[in-house]
Amino acid sequence: MEHWFLNIAHALTGWLVSLGLSPGWADFILLIVQWVCIIGIVTLNVIVLIWMERKVAGFIQQRLGPNRLGPFGIFQTIADAIKLMTKEDIIPSQTDKWIFMTAPMFFVVVAVMLYVVIPMGDGMQLVDLNVGLFYFISVGSLSTIAIFMAGWGSNNKWSLLGAMRAVAQMISYEIPLAFSLLGVVMIAGSLRLSDIVAAQGNIWFIILQPIAFITYFIAATAELNRGPFDMPEAEQELTAGAYTEYTGMRWALFFLAEYTNLVAVSALMATVFLGGWQGPWLPSWLWIIVKTYLVMQVFFYLKWTFPRIRMDHLMSFSWKFLIPVSLANIVLTGVGIEIFRWMGWW
Amino acid sequence: MSEYSLEDMLQALQEQLGEKMEVSSDSFFTFLRVAPGEVLGLAKNLRENYGFNHLANLSSVDYGETFEIVYHIYSIPENDKIAIKTSVPRNKAEIDSVFSVWPTADWQEREVYDLMGIKFKKHPNLIRVLLPDDFEGHPLRKDFKMEGR
Amino acid sequence: MLETDQFKINIGPVHPSTHGGLHVEAVLDGEIVTDAIVHLGYVHRAVEKIAEDRTYAQFVPYTSRLDYLATHLPTLGYVQSVEKLIGVEVPERAEYIRVIMAEFSRIASHLIFIGSLAIDLGATTGLIYCMRDRERIMDMFEMTSGQRLVASYMRVGGIAQDLPDEFIPAARSFIHDLPKMIDEYEGLIMGNEILQARLKGIGILTPEDAINYGVTGPNLRASGIAYDIRRAEPYGIYDRFDFELPLGTTGDCWDRLNVRVAELVQSARIIEQALDQIPEGETKAKVPRVIKPEKGLEVYHRIESSKGELGYYLVSDGGEKPYRLHVRAPSFVNLMVLPLISRGGKLQDVVANIAALDPVLGESDR
Repeated sequence: MEHWFLNIAHALTGWLVSLGLSPGWADFILLIVQWVCIIGIVTLNVIVLIWMERKVAGFIQQRLGPNRLGPFGIFQTIADAIKLMTKEDIIPSQTDKWIFMTAPMFFVVVAVMLYVVIPMGDGMQLVDLNVGLFYFISVGSLSTIAIFMAGWGSNNKWSLLGAMRAVAQMISYEIPLAFSLLGVVMIAGSLRLSDIVAAQGNIWFIILQPIAFITYFIAATAELNRGPFDMPEAEQELTAGAYTEYTGMRWALFFLAEYTNLVAVSALMATVFLGGWQGPWLPSWLWIIVKTYLVMQVFFYLKWTFPRIRMDHLMSFSWKFLIPVSLANIVLTGVGIEIFRWMGWW
Repeated sequence: MSEYSLEDMLQALQEQLGEKMEVSSDSFFTFLRVAPGEVLGLAKNLRENYGFNHLANLSSVDYGETFEIVYHIYSIPENDKIAIKTSVPRNKAEIDSVFSVWPTADWQEREVYDLMGIKFKKHPNLIRVLLPDDFEGHPLRKDFKMEGR
Repeated sequence: MLETDQFKINIGPVHPSTHGGLHVEAVLDGEIVTDAIVHLGYVHRAVEKIAEDRTYAQFVPYTSRLDYLATHLPTLGYVQSVEKLIGVEVPERAEYIRVIMAEFSRIASHLIFIGSLAIDLGATTGLIYCMRDRERIMDMFEMTSGQRLVASYMRVGGIAQDLPDEFIPAARSFIHDLPKMIDEYEGLIMGNEILQARLKGIGILTPEDAINYGVTGPNLRASGIAYDIRRAEPYGIYDRFDFELPLGTTGDCWDRLNVRVAELVQSARIIEQALDQIPEGETKAKVPRVIKPEKGLEVYHRIESSKGELGYYLVSDGGEKPYRLHVRAPSFVNLMVLPLISRGGKLQDVVANIAALDPVLGESDR
């Protein structure tokens, strides 16, 4: 079970080479196949995730959630997806059409790009970049531009407000996000995600870096625009913020991208703080799925119980609390490492 | 108004206004009927000297030739109550605004203006409040033609 | 310095958190609200004009639709003003049932307030919990009148019909469970720090401004003024009950929330006393089939609705229809302070302020 996917990949390259392709071309085709698989998995996963979130919300709110289509209403999201795909795509006449139309696609592309570096199992990583973590953070911050494009292109005041909030919020939370990961990087001594996973062979970084874990979790919630930090949407104040003017599939693409981002960030959290794919008994790819879903549950619970924070509170929380705390965490980690070295425990 | 009784107050007011004020009462309210020009002065007097700080209700009734404007006034917390009544002629439906005495008159006067068409002079922002700005006529007037019935 | 521009934004009339068709034109400087202009009238149904064309009894159902969240309260106010006009004595049992229904309406309305405040601040789940508990009150209304939302249960001279047998156990069990419900809200809604941060010190209404602008009801008591018409000028049989007036200290949105939560308990106390004291007997006084008050009679009757002072100014010309009916709607007057308390706050505070003032647009627009 452990090597199912690797074996399939090896078989595929072996077959391609046996057809007379050079190994370089075979690898290239394999890469494309992997990409298609990731996009497929991401899309299907979103369907499950939306269903799951609605079930969790139902559980928290003492109701049933979707329960009509299929067992436990699992096909509800598929029906919704079909509805969204067949809906009329309205592009308001006053919009900046190109920006308006490309924003959702850009958002999805950025979200899918995150998966490149995530180790989805032992040896199951598309590209093992030596700056993997750095890549993740920088690509992740590109989604700001997508939301801003949506808000600006919509030519709607609510959208613009939502977009401005999104930019302010995501840029501010980028900093504690990166800072909180630095502690981990200092201990692991590498930005390569496979190294970080390997460094957690004995002990998970959530135990060594609890403060970093909490600051990362909060900053990530803000980065994902999820409740209680869902400023850019803020449906009770900004109707739907940056997404107000979108309809049908374009609107659905935003949700696809948001959930894709959510999975990616949760997977990164599992990788960086919860030991990645390592774990007993189960195969490695199953472990990362289990951990990712557990992290996502916490995101769900937070969203459905908390009220939305106010914009200025949000900003001051980042600049006056999260950033100092994560900075202090870096200092603390550095001092700790030095002490360990000095004592000879390292 | 705790140091005054209602009778004292009425007497004092009667002395001030004399013929211009007519006092009547039923089982619920004491009415002070004055000319439209006297309302603002009386209102100021009631608010400043007798503590009637709560303008509960400001409404108007269409009696054909005249419009009657009624102010139901209470004092918080003593809970004394009194009502001012005045009549304005239909063809010159104007009265001084009591906004300067009770700011709560703002929207209530706008409502009376909107639905009954009585103009309140010196009101800071006398525009329609419930009906659309381009509505014609004042529906609570008895001669307002209702269509579609 | 950057050159900045004012930014006008229309909150409503179609907006998730305007509680109906409220339209607030907010002038923004960044996220800071420099002015808020309220436009009303999107739910205007000309109730006052309709009244001139209906008999006194026919108009009762219309009043239910004024404040549809606390359906018995506006009806109670109307039938009591008609009773004052024609001088009818209401039987004891009917009076007690009226008090019970009115206080249940108040609880229902305050539950909606708590829930909608929570959902307007983004805590979706808060609404569901309050709605769940309000559902039990709606069930009780259905038992008595067959209607849930707009019950029209009161009649001139009494009530439509006597309580069914299952009503009193249901009412008692609700009162018994109420402290548990409040504990739950305490944990889910009031205990949340984000919520507290969003309400404390927001939309402060000083006692002076509250009185100047004619604010009444829980909003006035949140500003620290102990004024309740049930206490100041008891109508019906309210002078027989023992209850307290919860007061706020600063007059901010947080106080408005807490005053209402405390009022839930007080309303429950009144209901409990009424359930203990309720006598047997008639539920409807003898009222002429055609109600014709004397010519020239007029009455201004006011009750403490869940929103504030709800007054009816009723003028009779001796006919079977009211010559003039004016509704003094508490939501209408309370909304007047929205610009005042929103100025200088953030855009998100406007939403909190609207929710905390608890307007019902059906009542304010009439």
